[in-house]
Amino acid sequence: MDGELRKRGTSDGAVSLRDVSKSYANGVVALDRLDLDVRPGEFVSLLGPSGCGKSTALRIIAGLSEPTGGSVVWPQPDTSRRAREIGFVFQEPTLMPWATVAGNVRLPLDLKHIDAATADPRVAAALARVGLADFAGVYPRELSGGMKMRVSIARALVTEPMLLLMDEPFAALDEITRFKLNDDLLLLWQSLSKTVVFVTHSVFESVYLSSRIVVMTPRPGRVFAELAIDAPYPRDHRFRTSAEYGALCRRASEALAAASGGEQ
Amino acid sequence: MSAEPSAPARGEGALRIVLPIALLALGVLIWDLVVRLKGIPPYVLPGPGLVFATLVSDWPILSESLLVTLVTTFEGFLLAVVGGVGLALVFNLSRVVEYSLYPYAVILQVTPVVAIAPLLLIYLPQQAAVLACAWIVAFFPVLANTTLGLNSVDHNLIDLFRLYGAPRSQVLWRLKLPAALPYILGGMKIAGGLSLIGAVVAEIAAGAAGAGSGLAYRISESGYRLNIPRMFAALVLLSVVGILIYFALSLLSHLLLRRWHESAVEREA
Repeated sequence: MDGELRKRGTSDGAVSLRDVSKSYANGVVALDRLDLDVRPGEFVSLLGPSGCGKSTALRIIAGLSEPTGGSVVWPQPDTSRRAREIGFVFQEPTLMPWATVAGNVRLPLDLKHIDAATADPRVAAALARVGLADFAGVYPRELSGGMKMRVSIARALVTEPMLLLMDEPFAALDEITRFKLNDDLLLLWQSLSKTVVFVTHSVFESVYLSSRIVVMTPRPGRVFAELAIDAPYPRDHRFRTSAEYGALCRRASEALAAASGGEQ
Repeated sequence: MSAEPSAPARGEGALRIVLPIALLALGVLIWDLVVRLKGIPPYVLPGPGLVFATLVSDWPILSESLLVTLVTTFEGFLLAVVGGVGLALVFNLSRVVEYSLYPYAVILQVTPVVAIAPLLLIYLPQQAAVLACAWIVAFFPVLANTTLGLNSVDHNLIDLFRLYGAPRSQVLWRLKLPAALPYILGGMKIAGGLSLIGAVVAEIAAGAAGAGSGLAYRISESGYRLNIPRMFAALVLLSVVGILIYFALSLLSHLLLRRWHESAVEREA
C-alpha cells in the first residue's frame, strides 16, 4: 500500500544526538553531553565497557527514555512518522510465550490495527528473511536461543523501519550461532539498506559488522573515539581471518582500553 | 515441572491413578472389617455398605441439598474470579485505589469466615449471606495471584509495546492479561476449593440458626438427629464435589496453558 514510500525512504533514516545527558535519581550519570550522528544507511556500533551508557543512548534514540539534557534530532522533524519508525532488538529475544512465532512477529502490525489481509504477507516475508518461514506456527519455547533471536529480528523488521536499533542482541548466544547471525544480519542490512545502530561490548563483533565504530567511555558515557572500518562488504569468514581484520581489532581494542582508562 | 522421560511417564501416570484408588479400597476394606468385627453400632460408625445404601435411599433429599450447595459454590466462585481479577485490574491501573483498598482485602482474608458467618446471617437474607461467605473466602487468592501476575510482565515487552505506541488498553489486553493468565488460573484453583469451604461454613452457621437446605445443613441436621449414616453420605458427596472442582479447574488450566507455559508443558528428556 505504501511501497513507493518504502523505496523512497531509504535515505532518511538517520538521527543525531546533541549534547545528550542522562542522569538518574540515584546520582548516576549515565551519559554526559553525548554527541552522535548516525548517517543514513550506515552500520554503526557503539562499543564500550559495561555501564558506559551505550544502552541508555539507544533507549533515548528509541524514545524509551527521556534525556535529562540535550535533544534527539531527526532529519525531518514532523514530515513523516515513517522516518521515525524504529525497529528495536533487545538483548533477550523478548517474545510473548503465549503467542506463536507468527503472532509475535505480527505484534507491531496488530498494535497498529493493520488487518490480517495486509499483515499476513508481511509477517510471512519477515519470517522468510530470517530463515524461519517454516516455523510460523511454533511457540517460542520450542525454539533454540538463536532462532528466538531471529524471530525478534523479524519482528523488528516487519514494520519496515528505516532505523534498526540493536542492544547487544547476540551477547547471550554461543559463538557458532553468533557468527551465523552476524553473517545473516550483514546480508539483511545490505539487501534492505537500513540504518543500524548496534550496541556491543565485543571488539570482534563490532569490527566484523560495522562500517563505523563509536568507542565510548564509562561513567559518564561520552564518545571517546571513532573508527571507520573501511573493509568492503560483503564480509565473510575470509574477512574474519584476515590480517586486516586482526589489525582493525587491535586498533579497536586499544581504543577501548584507553577509553576504559585502566579502570579495571 | 519435573522432566520425565516419555515411556516411564506413561507408567508413572497410570500409577498416579491406580495407587490412590488402591489406597482408598484398602481404607474402605479396613473400615468395613473394623465395623463388622467390633460390632460398632451404626449410630456411632456406620459401615461403608450402609453409607452407600443411605446415599441411594436418601438421594432425593441429598441431591436437592447437593444442588443448593453446588449453586452457592459456583456463584461464590464466579463472583470471586470476577471480583478478584477485576479488582486486581483496577489496582493495576490506579495506585490510589490499590493503596486505599488492599489493606481491607487483607483484613477480609485474615478474619476467620466462621466468625463472620453468624453476623452476615443477621444482616443478610440467608442465601445472600451464604454466598457472601463463599465469596469472601475465595476472592482473595484470585486477587493476590492476579496482582502478582500483572506485575510480573517482562519489562522489555512493556518497552516494546511503548515503542509501538500501544495505548494502555492494548498493553492490558494483549500483554498483561495473557502474562497473568497462569497466575490467575493458579488463584482460581485455590478459590474453587475455598468457595466450597466458605459455602459449607456459612451453611453450618445457618443450620445452627435453624434454617437452610444445603449439604452442610444436612450434615448438621443429621447430627442432631443421630442419623450418622446420612451424615457420612453427605460428607462423601461434599468430598466428591471438592475433588471434581479441583479436577475441572486443573483441566481448564492445562487446556489453556499446555502450548506455552512451562507448568503445563510435557517435556521429553
